[in-house]
Amino acid sequence: MTTAMTITEKILASHAGLDSVRPGDLIEVQVDLALANDITAPLAIRMFEELGTDGVFDREKIALIPDHFVPNKDIPSAQQAKMMREFALKHSIKNYIELRDGGIEHVILPEKGLVIPGDLVMGADSHTCTYGALGAFSTGVGSTDLGAVMATGKTWLKVPPTIKLEYEGNLQPWVGGKDLILVTLGMLGVEGAVYKALEFSGPVIEKLSMDQRLSMANMAVEGGAKNGIVAPDEITLAYVRPRSDREPSLFHSDPNADYEKRIEINVDQLEPQVAFPHSPDHVRPISQVGQVSVDQVFIGSCTNGRFEDLKRAADILKGRSVSKETRLIVIPGSSHIYIRCVREGIIETLLDAGAVIGPPCCGPCLGGHMGVLAQGERCISTSNRNFVGRMGHPESEVYLANPAIAAASAVLGRIGSPNEL
Amino acid sequence: MKIEGNIWKFHDNVDTDLIIPARFLNVSDEETLAKYCFTDHRPDFAGGAQPGDIIVAGKNFGCGSSREHAPLAIKGAGIRLIIAESFARIFYRNAFNIGLPLLESTEAAHGLEEGDHVSVDLVTGDIKDQKKKQTFMAKPIPDFMMEIIRAGGLVNYTKQKGM
Repeated sequence: MTTAMTITEKILASHAGLDSVRPGDLIEVQVDLALANDITAPLAIRMFEELGTDGVFDREKIALIPDHFVPNKDIPSAQQAKMMREFALKHSIKNYIELRDGGIEHVILPEKGLVIPGDLVMGADSHTCTYGALGAFSTGVGSTDLGAVMATGKTWLKVPPTIKLEYEGNLQPWVGGKDLILVTLGMLGVEGAVYKALEFSGPVIEKLSMDQRLSMANMAVEGGAKNGIVAPDEITLAYVRPRSDREPSLFHSDPNADYEKRIEINVDQLEPQVAFPHSPDHVRPISQVGQVSVDQVFIGSCTNGRFEDLKRAADILKGRSVSKETRLIVIPGSSHIYIRCVREGIIETLLDAGAVIGPPCCGPCLGGHMGVLAQGERCISTSNRNFVGRMGHPESEVYLANPAIAAASAVLGRIGSPNEL
Repeated sequence: MKIEGNIWKFHDNVDTDLIIPARFLNVSDEETLAKYCFTDHRPDFAGGAQPGDIIVAGKNFGCGSSREHAPLAIKGAGIRLIIAESFARIFYRNAFNIGLPLLESTEAAHGLEEGDHVSVDLVTGDIKDQKKKQTFMAKPIPDFMMEIIRAGGLVNYTKQKGM
């Protein structure tokens, strides 16, 4: 008799060369893709070079994507980006992707078909968990771990127990993947899923578009999770097939698999959610927000910088104007999304409304570049973290929400819903 | 392996943005990062921490961004050990990988205060507060992680193992 396993356990077992694994097992796995960005790659490269190996384990299985501080914001960040570019050139790294083809790592990798169902991805960025939306196992690590993966193609992992989240009911207008993950974080807390896998399931997820699934899986780490995952289905295959020639491995949880916990969430009454400072689990429904004026609105990031997100914002901003007291910054997640938005008139709509459009990159999400907040300033952002000082001054504030709420807030000059327009 | 030093006390859910804000991530050397460790939250930390000092914190220490710059900055500031109720998983791996040991102990996280002086046995998990004459227990570090610490981090460990 074979052991019943979850999708996460099956992917891990298949990459460890084992018939089955159990939560708590320490295993060594083969990595299908290793990822780093302009902040984490320089340290990883230094660790790689200290190891003294001849070369990388596989030049086609490494992705190096500058996105945090590009176009380079100052001389030190330019030096780091240069070091990464030279390393990519020296080792003929196939997927070194910058500026003209580039954008945010977690937007680019799915878009270019570099991750497919059943893959195991290790990335030196905490939001590497995004690719769980494709039915892959993916998790964030630090630079030393990544340096060792670039050399050996292997790493050790502890098999996580899984929490199964089952979403039922019908989504209300303006409610999407971002709200599902925010309400889930509110229930679990920022340490509620530490070392665990989150499995997103149920009829609501089965109907959710890939862009929305990607925003959900992206924030699994905000609950401390090792990975977030959605079982692959027709929506997954329709997304992946035109992008990759590789044959996907479609794993599904056994009906009798062991879960640490099962949580059912009915979404019929779910409103758009807003995470208050200074934690992604401080969520309130939009009707309970009250009067919160905003100096800046940011629509973009690896959570909500995809086509559907920008289109949703443009639909709300069409024929309207950004409040005079508010700055709206919109950053498409990739060059591909940017040009599609230009061709479909979305960029023109956003510009007409008073938005400024940034080049594809992480932008102000992490407070380093393009839209840093001053003391006492407040921003509503479609990104994933609102820690103290995340987007700038330690006395600034960040509120997290979906792109529809962010767009409506830009018009209102305070946090509000499209229903108020 | 024994570590002895003064306690710097922190709260629950200390995130890596707090440890080292992103505006300082345009460099990656330990010495420079150490200068800005906790700069917005505790400006006295970077200059005040002495070699051998110990951080004690609550739950989920090191949550958020995977930046290895965070444990590097802490190590560069002189800290030799972090004791917390629990750690965020990426931070946990990163710290051991750079040779900075972590201990999990709820009783020590609650019982120890800022400025206490303790000696810690990493192998047994005994934490002794000499002034208060109290002893706390931590979960022993798994053998595999202890080997990484003995080697001085993952790079040396991997080299010793001959990959």
